[in-house]
Amino acid sequence: MASRPTVQPARPLSPHLTIWKWRVHMAVSIVHRVTGHALAFGAVLIFAWWLAALASGPAYYRFFLDIVLSPFGAHMGSGIRHFIMDAGEGYDLVTSRRMAQATFAFSILATAGLWAWILAGGY
Amino acid sequence: MGNGTQLGRVRGLGAGGGAVVHHWWLQRVTAVGSLILVLWFVFSLVRLPSLDYASAVMWVRQPIVAVPLMLLIVSVFWHFRLGVQVMLEDYLHGSKRVIAMLALNFYTCALAALALFSVLKVALSAAAG
Repeated sequence: MASRPTVQPARPLSPHLTIWKWRVHMAVSIVHRVTGHALAFGAVLIFAWWLAALASGPAYYRFFLDIVLSPFGAHMGSGIRHFIMDAGEGYDLVTSRRMAQATFAFSILATAGLWAWILAGGY
Repeated sequence: MGNGTQLGRVRGLGAGGGAVVHHWWLQRVTAVGSLILVLWFVFSLVRLPSLDYASAVMWVRQPIVAVPLMLLIVSVFWHFRLGVQVMLEDYLHGSKRVIAMLALNFYTCALAALALFSVLKVALSAAAG
């Protein structure tokens, strides 16, 4: 008993992502958990914020819609930049900088465009 | 008591003293509730003519909308609280788990209170706005 190790070796944690062979059942289970938590800390937050914005009046509601819809344009713009850089293009300093600027410009324009469409009654 | 059936004598004596079964069952109950209410919510939003302030307020103000909306908040928040608890129990131990569970409870209760209050405020405020 005296020779018993006092430091426990690190044990794999449930659900043992690193030691089991990947199968579709496991993927479904993990996606269920991941999307559930994304909903709990993402969608639910936006949902509660939407209700609170609605309760706060028209000016704040408008601000809420501006904020919430802006990530679509922002992520789409920077995502296209990623595609180009993945292909091995645009790494020189000038082009790299211009693309980063264009990303932000696109985000703003896309958000404004989406808004123009919504306000024009498209949605 | 000693005179019950074998099942009766062990019922509720598991590792969680019945709390585990309760957790499992409530997660299923809230799953069914959330399934119906979230489908209703999404289809209703899509069918709205517009998502602008006036349309949204007019929609939420109807009792036939405000009541299911509040049920949705209770069902969905309860459901995700139970789900996140399982995740915390899988990955966190000791005092970290206690702190995380406290934070989860505060997060859930604060957000649910905000959401419920917002629905009530919109639904009960005068139609003048």
